[in-house]
Amino acid sequence: MSYHQAVHDVPIIFESCESPKAEDSFDPTVGGAIPKELTRGDLDLPDIPERDVVKHFVNLSQMNFGVDNGLYPLGSCTMKYNPKVCDDVVSWPTVAQVHPLQDPSTIQGALRLMHELEKMLCEIGGVDAVTLQPAAGAQGEFTGVHIVRAFHESNGETRKEIILPDTAHGTNPASAAMVGYDVLDLPSKDGCVDVEALKSAVSKDTAAFMLTNPNTLGLFEKNVREIAGILHDAGALLYYDGANLNAIMGKTSPGKMDFDIVHFNLHKTFATPHGGGGPGAGPVGVKKRLEEFLPVPRIVEKAGVYSLDYDRPKSIGKVRAYFGNYAVLARAYTYIKMQGGKGLVSVSENAVLNSNYLRENLMDDFEMPYDKLRKHEFVLSGAPLKKKGLRTLDFAKRLLDYGFHAPTIYFPLIVDEAIMIEPTETESRETLDKFVAACRSIMKEDPKLLHEAPVNTARRRLDEAKAARDMIFSWRGYLKKKGASPPASEPKPS
Amino acid sequence: MLQSLRLKSVNDLFVDIPNEVRIDGLRLPDGLSEIDLKRDLEAMMSVNRPTTIMPNFLGAGIYNHFIPAAVRTIVSRSEFITSYTPYQPEISQGMLQSLFEYQSFMAELTGMDVVNSSMYDASTALGEAILMANRISGGDRFLIGRAVSPERISVARTYAKGADMKLVEVGMDPVTGQVDLGDLKAKMGDGVSGFYFESPNFLGPIESHADEIRRIVGTKTLVIGANPMALALLRPPGEAGADIVIGDAQVFGTPMDLGGPTIGVFACKSEHVRKMPGRLIGMTTDLEGKTAFCMTLQTREQHIRRSKATSNICTNEALLALAAAAYLSVVGKAGLRDIARRNVENMRSLSSRIAAIKGYKAPRFRSAHFNEFVVTSEADTGHVHKELLARGVQGGLVLDRMFPELGHSALYCTTEMHSKADHDKLVGALEAIR
Repeated sequence: MSYHQAVHDVPIIFESCESPKAEDSFDPTVGGAIPKELTRGDLDLPDIPERDVVKHFVNLSQMNFGVDNGLYPLGSCTMKYNPKVCDDVVSWPTVAQVHPLQDPSTIQGALRLMHELEKMLCEIGGVDAVTLQPAAGAQGEFTGVHIVRAFHESNGETRKEIILPDTAHGTNPASAAMVGYDVLDLPSKDGCVDVEALKSAVSKDTAAFMLTNPNTLGLFEKNVREIAGILHDAGALLYYDGANLNAIMGKTSPGKMDFDIVHFNLHKTFATPHGGGGPGAGPVGVKKRLEEFLPVPRIVEKAGVYSLDYDRPKSIGKVRAYFGNYAVLARAYTYIKMQGGKGLVSVSENAVLNSNYLRENLMDDFEMPYDKLRKHEFVLSGAPLKKKGLRTLDFAKRLLDYGFHAPTIYFPLIVDEAIMIEPTETESRETLDKFVAACRSIMKEDPKLLHEAPVNTARRRLDEAKAARDMIFSWRGYLKKKGASPPASEPKPS
Repeated sequence: MLQSLRLKSVNDLFVDIPNEVRIDGLRLPDGLSEIDLKRDLEAMMSVNRPTTIMPNFLGAGIYNHFIPAAVRTIVSRSEFITSYTPYQPEISQGMLQSLFEYQSFMAELTGMDVVNSSMYDASTALGEAILMANRISGGDRFLIGRAVSPERISVARTYAKGADMKLVEVGMDPVTGQVDLGDLKAKMGDGVSGFYFESPNFLGPIESHADEIRRIVGTKTLVIGANPMALALLRPPGEAGADIVIGDAQVFGTPMDLGGPTIGVFACKSEHVRKMPGRLIGMTTDLEGKTAFCMTLQTREQHIRRSKATSNICTNEALLALAAAAYLSVVGKAGLRDIARRNVENMRSLSSRIAAIKGYKAPRFRSAHFNEFVVTSEADTGHVHKELLARGVQGGLVLDRMFPELGHSALYCTTEMHSKADHDKLVGALEAIR
C-alpha cells in the first residue's frame, strides 16, 4: 500500500484575510445613483492576493479524489474517465460566450448541436422525441412524471399512484411525490420485479411504474415486455430510469423494451465530468404519443434553419430556464460523435465485462446475493464482516487507504450491508486486479485497522453527528457559535 | 478476461437479454478522431455569433461578466472536476471545504443564516422555494410580483402544479416598476403561503419598500430574489426579514453557456433549515480533532427519506459553487465592489445616452437600477431589433408580448464587459434606425 493523500492545513478563506481594515471610503450609492437606505453597510469578504487564492484552492484540490486520481467504483454513478477534448470544446467562445435569448439566427450552430443530440439520443433510447431541458437525472424523472400526469389528465383521468420496485433509486419516489403522486413500493423477488405481485398491485389508480433495467443489483429484468404489457393493459405508463443505460447500448433499448418515457444521465453514460456533485444533464425521451407533452421550447428544423417552437398547448411547460445545461450537452455530443455507434456498443460491452470480471474475483470473499450474470454493476454483501465486529462502512473506509474511492454502500436497501460496485469500461485489467488484491487484503487484515481507517487521507474519520448537532453552515455561523462579534450585516430587529 | 470468466465471446455477457427486446447495434455514424471532430465542430459552431464578435445587450437572468483567468485554473483542477458528491468526506475535503466557503460567501452577501450548496438554477430555486413556503405556512396559493422573469414563472408554475398550488400575480406600480403594495395587501389572506418579489426585479428597478412588504406578508413566507452581484452594493435581503432568498450565482465566474449550467442560490433562516431542499455542508472535526467538513442534515434528502424528502434533487451544480467561491476570493471585497460600481455607472451612462435619442425613453421606470433598464420606443421594437442585428448589435430583450402594458419596450443590460466603443456602436445604430 503506497497511497497517501496530501494533507494541508488550509484555513477557511475568510480566516486568511488580515485583521479588519480601517473603515474604507467606498460609496455604495455610486454617487447617489442608489438611495443610501437601499445600500448595505460593510461587506465582510476577504481581500487576498491572487497568488494566495490559487495556493488555497490548489492545496484544497489535492485533498480531493476524482476519477483522474484513480478507480472510483461508485455503483450507480458511472464514474468513468472523461475525455479532455470535451472540456476543451466548451471553452471556445463560440460555445461559451453565447446568450440564450440571442436572436435564433445568431445561434444556429448551438441549435443544430442540440437538435442533432436529440436525434442521437432517440436512436440510443429507441424513442421518438427528446427534450434536453432537464438539468439532472432527478429533474429528468420530475419531467417524466409530469408527462405521466399530463397524459392521464388529457384523457380525463386522475390516477393517484406510482409503483416502484423496492430497489429503486431514492430520487424515484421523491420525484413522484413532487408531482403529487402517492408511491407504492413493490417488494422484489430474487432481485427482480415480482410479476405476480405487480399484477395484483396495478389498478385503475396506477399512473405509472418506474423501473431501471438492468436494475440496481445489475440484473437484467427479463420479464420487461410482460411488465410493460401489464401496465399498458391497465392504461398506465412505463418509465425508464436511465441511470443504468450504459450497460445496454446497442444491445437493447428502453424503447424496444416498450418503455414509454426514459431519462438519460448524460454525466454517467456519456462521460461528462461529475464536477464534485454537478452539473449533470437529464434529457427525457418519449414515444410518439407523448411528444406533445414535452417541455417548451422545441427546437424545430426546416430546410437547414433551426427555430424555437413555443406553440405547444399540451406541453407541461418549463422545468428549467432556457435550453438546459448546454455546456454539459455539448460535452456529451462531442463524446458520442467520437465514439460513434460502434464505439458506444463497445462501451457497454466493456463496462459489463469489467463488472463481471470483478464479480467473479470478489464473490468468494464476500456474500453474493442473487448469483447470476450481472451487467455493468453488481452488489456484494459485507455481512461476513459482522463476525469480526465490522461493518461495510469500515471496509469502505479502509479502501480509501489503498487509494481507491469506496463503492456505493448500504444501497440498494434490500441487500444487508450492501456494497455496490461499478468499475466502468475505462479501467484497465491491471487496475481491476489491484482493486481485487486490495479487497482481499483488507478482508484478512486485523479488524483494528479497519475500525481506525482511513489513515492515509487528508482527514481521519469524521464526527458526523457533531456536524448535525452544531449546525455550522458558514463562516458567519461559525463566528456566531464562537460568540464573536456578529458580522456587520446582522438583521436588525424590526 | 473473457477466458477467466469461462466465456467464448462478449455476446455471452448479454445472454440474459431476451431475443424479443434485442437490437443489433446503433444506427449512428462511426466515431471521429479528435482532430476530425474538432475541425467539424469548429465549423459548425462558427456560425454562432458570440459576444466576442458582436456587442450584446441581453441580461434577463443570464449575465456576461468578466472571469479572471485564475478562476478557470482553479475550476479546471482534475481532482475537483472529476469527483462526485462527497459521500466519503475523508477523501473529499477539498470539495467540501470549497462548498462550505461558497455557502459562507452567499450567507454574507444575502445576510442569511443558511445557504445550501446549490440548486439547478434560479428558476428551479424559485420552484423549490414555493414548495418550501407551503411546508412552512400551508396554503394553496402563492403570490408573485408582476416584474418577475416569465422564464422563472413558467418553471415555478410546473413546480407549483405538483403540489396543487396556484400562482397569483401581484401588480406592479406603473411609475416605479416596483411592487404595488395596495394590490399585495388585497391579495394576502387565508390560504396564501407567501409572496415572492425581486430586487432588482426583472425590469431593473431596485425595490424600495422591502420592510413594508415584510409587514404586509406578516407571518407568511417571504421569498426575495436577488442578483448576487448587486448585493455588493445593496442592503442584504436578510435584513429585510426574508424567510428564503434565491438567485443565480452564474454572475460569479461562470460563462453564459447559452444559459446553462447556471447555479441556483438558495438561502433561508435557520429556523427553517429542516424544511430546506438540497445539500448542506457542515463544519465538524475528525477523530484527531482537526477541523473538517461533511454533508449534513441528510435526513431531509431523497436517498434517506425517499418520498418524504424535502426535494428530489441529487446531482446539483457543485462545480459552479466552487467557481463562485474562487471568483469571490480572486476579486475580493474591493474588486467586487468596484465591478458592481462599474455596472451601475455603465447603466447610468448608457440609459442617458439612449434617452437623448429622439423617439426613445430610458429608463422607463422612476427607480434606482443596477445594470438593467427598460427602454421604450416610438418605433416598433421588433423592427428596432432587426435593424440592430443588421448593424452587428444584439439589442435588449423585446418585451412587447410579455409586458404589453409597457408599449414598445425592450430590456437592456450593460455590464463591466462593455467598452465605450460597444456603447457607441449601439447608440450609433439606434440613431441610424428610421
